[in-house]
Amino acid sequence: MLEVALKQAAPIPLDAAFQCAAGELLALVGPSGAGKSTILRAIAGLSRVADARVCVGGERWQDSAQGAWLAPSARPVGMVFQSYALFPHLSVQDNVAEAVHRLPREERRARVDKALAMVGLTGLEQRRPAQLSGGQMQRVALARALVREPRVLLLDEPFAAVDQMTRERLYEELALLRAGLNIPVVLVTHSLHEAHLLADRMVVLAAGASLQQGTPGEVLSRPATREVARLVGFNNLYESTVLAADPGHGLLLVSWGDSEIALPPRRTALLGDRIAWGIGAGDVVVVKAARATGEPQAVSLSLERAAALGDSVHLTLRASRGERLRAVVTKRFFERAGLETGGPVTVELPRDRIVVF
Amino acid sequence: MDWDALRISAVLALSTALLLSVPGIALARWLAYTRNPWRNLIEALLTVPLILPPTVLGFYLLSVLGNGAPLGAWYQALFGAPLAFSFTGLLVASLIFNLPFTVMPMQRAFGAIAPELLDAARTCGLSRWRTLWRIELPLAWPGLLTALIMTAAHTLGEFGVVLMVGGNIPGETRTIAIAIYDRVQAFDLDSAANMSALLLVISLAALMAVSWLGGRRHHERGLL
Repeated sequence: MLEVALKQAAPIPLDAAFQCAAGELLALVGPSGAGKSTILRAIAGLSRVADARVCVGGERWQDSAQGAWLAPSARPVGMVFQSYALFPHLSVQDNVAEAVHRLPREERRARVDKALAMVGLTGLEQRRPAQLSGGQMQRVALARALVREPRVLLLDEPFAAVDQMTRERLYEELALLRAGLNIPVVLVTHSLHEAHLLADRMVVLAAGASLQQGTPGEVLSRPATREVARLVGFNNLYESTVLAADPGHGLLLVSWGDSEIALPPRRTALLGDRIAWGIGAGDVVVVKAARATGEPQAVSLSLERAAALGDSVHLTLRASRGERLRAVVTKRFFERAGLETGGPVTVELPRDRIVVF
Repeated sequence: MDWDALRISAVLALSTALLLSVPGIALARWLAYTRNPWRNLIEALLTVPLILPPTVLGFYLLSVLGNGAPLGAWYQALFGAPLAFSFTGLLVASLIFNLPFTVMPMQRAFGAIAPELLDAARTCGLSRWRTLWRIELPLAWPGLLTALIMTAAHTLGEFGVVLMVGGNIPGETRTIAIAIYDRVQAFDLDSAANMSALLLVISLAALMAVSWLGGRRHHERGLL
């Protein structure tokens, strides 16, 4: 179990706390400058944070309150850097061997061979980093991080510097590899897609503060605050006036455009309050071009724009008072339903998919 | 050809480069990595010998090394001989006026090492010494050797400081640069021409070596 609590005002403001269990992959997600890398560096001991507590398996690596500090070279971490940071003058084999230089020669050799075999680099031992592809360099970096049998694996945007094709393959390899690792793995990424694919849990960060933690599914569909919603690309965010509120009977009705929308009830909402709510583009149900459904959550809108992206079409819809709603449909549905720019569209906003902030 | 002068110049150049190598590396490395607020001042002080007229530098060194000054007096008391106008005094002066020639290229060499490599070394559990030995020196060596070659070459050609601090004592402080001047004064232009040609050849060889090392630098980084 990795336990991290970091707090400081300067030079980079931080206020983050999270845990990562052995065998778990935790993604730190946030925009550039959110402090993700600083947090990772603090775990490794490369950055000194003013008020910090870093514990691994009950062992204190840093505890400012007690003045405890373990030097980075004494921390059993494996770290993969964004640029891989391979030693350019050393062969693949020597790069990996350097991380276990304290072991006797025979054992070192065996460990290096095993690590290189694990990442599928057997046969490339004598190459220099400059003679490797991006994907191969990343694997050397991973082998170098794992050969020490670290207690924590730290991955700093490890997929940022490879092309899309390689990235997809490396995702699969990491997923396979981590199944055999019984240590906490912390992945820094700015890609929600990556977090969703790889992480068991994620922490959303902004300006150094951890805003929400949970499984990617939870965080992405149920952002806790408007800020998180904005950060995770929750693009339908509104503020509406409460028309009727009766938490006892599970009623919370707001006006939106010309329609009335029922939201999941909230204890504090009062008649006439302004209330913030939202729904993910993927949760909007597009019913058809103009059709009076009579459904309580059905809204008639007009199609302002339709952008085809691969197999899906991203719709921008417009309500009569100018509110915009984004929705995603399959290309097949788009063609079959006969949706046209400027034409009418009916959507449903399922109440259980709506998030009230 | 004044062989004695050539020998003194060679010994002075090599001793200067050798004696400056270790402190030069330590100082250059510190300057390359530190965020100490005094860094700028120390860098400026180091650079002074580059822009100060050699005679001015020589004058100050003479003031410090002379018997009237504490350092000179201490040396006189200890060894029973004056520091100024001796080979040792010349060497001390040479170490000081060559500092920028040694430290600046070395600082550039260390500064060119990507900081992530040093971070990676730390997360790989390398001690400071091992990082220096296994990562920094192998990556910086072309720059470090360049610095030492430039230092030696510069020592061979230095005139003003040498004349001020060492004078022109045959077999003791008369370097080849002083000997050339001395020969011209005596209208022995043939000797002066020979010695000048030799210095020119040595300088060119040094610059060629430096240029070759510049190429190695990329090679070491795996770029070629």
